[in-house]
Amino acid sequence: MSAVRDLQGRLWAIVGGSSPLARAFAHRVAARGASVLLVGRDLDDLARTAADVSLRHQVEVLVHGCDLGDPDQVGLLARRLQSEAEAGRLDLLLAAAIMPSQAAMEADPALVPPLWQVNVTAPIDLLLRLAPAWQRAGRGTVVVVGSVAGDRGRLSNHLYGASKAALATFTAGFRNRMARAGVHVLTVKPGFLDTGMTWGLPGIFLPGQPDPVAGTILAAALNRKDVLYVPGFWWLILTILKHIPEPIFKRLKI
Amino acid sequence: MRAKTQTLGGWGRWPTSTASVFRPERLAELQRAVADAPSVLARGAGRSYGDQALNQSGSLVLTTRLNRLLGFDPTTGLLVAEPGVTFRDVLATFQPRGWRLPVSPGTGFATLGGAIANDVHGKNHDGRGSFSDHVQWFDLLLASGEVRRVVRGDALFRATVGGMGLTGVIIALAVTLDRVTGNAVLLKEQRITDLDHFLSALQAARASSYSVGWIDALARGRALGRGLLETAEPTDTTLPPERERRRRVPLDFPGFALSAPMVRAFNLAYRWRVPTAGRERLAPVAKFLYPLDAIEDWNRIYGKRGFHQFQCVVPDAEAPRALTAMLQAIADAGAASFLAVLKTLGPRGQGMLSFPQPGFTLALDFPHRATTGELLARLERLTLDAGGRLYLAKDSVASPASIAAMYPDLPAFQAVLAEVDPAGRFTSDMARRLGVRGGEARR
Repeated sequence: MSAVRDLQGRLWAIVGGSSPLARAFAHRVAARGASVLLVGRDLDDLARTAADVSLRHQVEVLVHGCDLGDPDQVGLLARRLQSEAEAGRLDLLLAAAIMPSQAAMEADPALVPPLWQVNVTAPIDLLLRLAPAWQRAGRGTVVVVGSVAGDRGRLSNHLYGASKAALATFTAGFRNRMARAGVHVLTVKPGFLDTGMTWGLPGIFLPGQPDPVAGTILAAALNRKDVLYVPGFWWLILTILKHIPEPIFKRLKI
Repeated sequence: MRAKTQTLGGWGRWPTSTASVFRPERLAELQRAVADAPSVLARGAGRSYGDQALNQSGSLVLTTRLNRLLGFDPTTGLLVAEPGVTFRDVLATFQPRGWRLPVSPGTGFATLGGAIANDVHGKNHDGRGSFSDHVQWFDLLLASGEVRRVVRGDALFRATVGGMGLTGVIIALAVTLDRVTGNAVLLKEQRITDLDHFLSALQAARASSYSVGWIDALARGRALGRGLLETAEPTDTTLPPERERRRRVPLDFPGFALSAPMVRAFNLAYRWRVPTAGRERLAPVAKFLYPLDAIEDWNRIYGKRGFHQFQCVVPDAEAPRALTAMLQAIADAGAASFLAVLKTLGPRGQGMLSFPQPGFTLALDFPHRATTGELLARLERLTLDAGGRLYLAKDSVASPASIAAMYPDLPAFQAVLAEVDPAGRFTSDMARRLGVRGGEARR
């Protein structure tokens, strides 16, 4: 248990609560005294994580079942969170995304709309519904987990990347809107993380471990940083990648 | 679910084998990975030494990401946890609240699931028994896909305890913690001049809460069996938290690092730390239980060829003769070994393949060399002749016949396996080497 309980009284809603990053983040905020609401589809798994977080850090941890693929459920989630936002105690980590393989989606374009629903439409829907309450309360922290894949459309991953680019563009504007009301919005762009998403994939180098990455994200959010690449060296990689002229870039198999 | 093809060893890094490795992050993924695999074994932190947590050409399912605490009852001390929770994790979480696991192995990095699979013991076996003596129940994922709540006393309980993961995958377990105050032990250290004195000192120390002996295995002649005896009692003292200093071994050490002169110098220095008159001091429980954990990957000092850890237990009556013969064989072979550990063990474990039985247990490391096999075979023979047994958590070379002779409940264990996993889907390199599944043993 951390000695500093400076997040006491806050409620961190963590959407996509089964991912290792979300789990690690839940521990980080709970260690500082925040209550936690885990949101996701696998209720049994969320209950296990909730027990773990509350046992270790002696805070209240609740779970809420929600499939971002279903707009009605996103509406219900927004309703659940509205009063917390209104009361000025809600902070939100959006860390839910799906990543079907590029090849599968090229072969079956019907896979693309569900990807957009989960990765783009649902997060935007949720944030728009909560915005007025946050604005009235005048406080809150929002962390939107995007991806370095959104920075440039690459051969191997541009359908997933396009969804993350859309989310990043929305988030940048939303940050501007919310900043006027005193609500902070952080865009996180993780590179490779050592999770089930990358486990066993070829070409994964220097994957970040969930716990230190979660720590970096929380520190950035509380320090009101706007955009964060984690692990940090990905900023350099993406800066280079973004500046490769298109005539050359289009011939690269990356 | 994706697997990663990995070549892994045990903690001794010899032998190694290649398997499809899954690392589920939730129970549903673990169940899928097990259901899809024709040949599968759970693996925890990889802290058993030999070929036990390996499965050549099959699947391994890592439990390291299933490491959540599921419940704790402060009236009874009952902790429910996932199998990948580690000993250091439990200590860090519960000691400040006044609770500790009653039994702990020599490394805090080991998982609780692995502790059941090996029925591990600590430096307090005489008083507190082995780990599984404090386990009330566990949920076991069987080959059929069924999850069964297995309680103490069941045949399946006794087969799973010390059963090397061959009965299924533990997905949750309940273990009773001890109420404690403080975070320190009062540690007494004294020099011991030879084996006879060691055995009588250890015998007397059976009444202490904790006792362990460190032997200089290179000493010969009249000095054979000299070393240090540590005994410890829990105290009410709370030492201020120390900043954890963790060192890493940056590279595989070259062979000469373990030449006899180097090891001899190390062993002497280790012994000289303690004054002739002995000493007494307060030590943090974490440091006392896990002295080697400060160096995270100490197994690399044995180089990339790896090493063996030999551990046997021999009955009290046979100990003087058998241990003398063993230490002589080791000294004669000049097989450089860092500190050897000598402890007493109490009553038999309840697992069919539990290692503990009353007597003295000797453990020591040998770098893997062309000649090591001969020495290990000799030590195996001496153990068998003394009515002792080898610890499967450490073994990678013993013969099927010896293990069958050392573990009279092996047929009962095999009968349980035949019932819960008739197709033999849960298996390992060790199970094949020892012919645990019946049929041809592979040497």
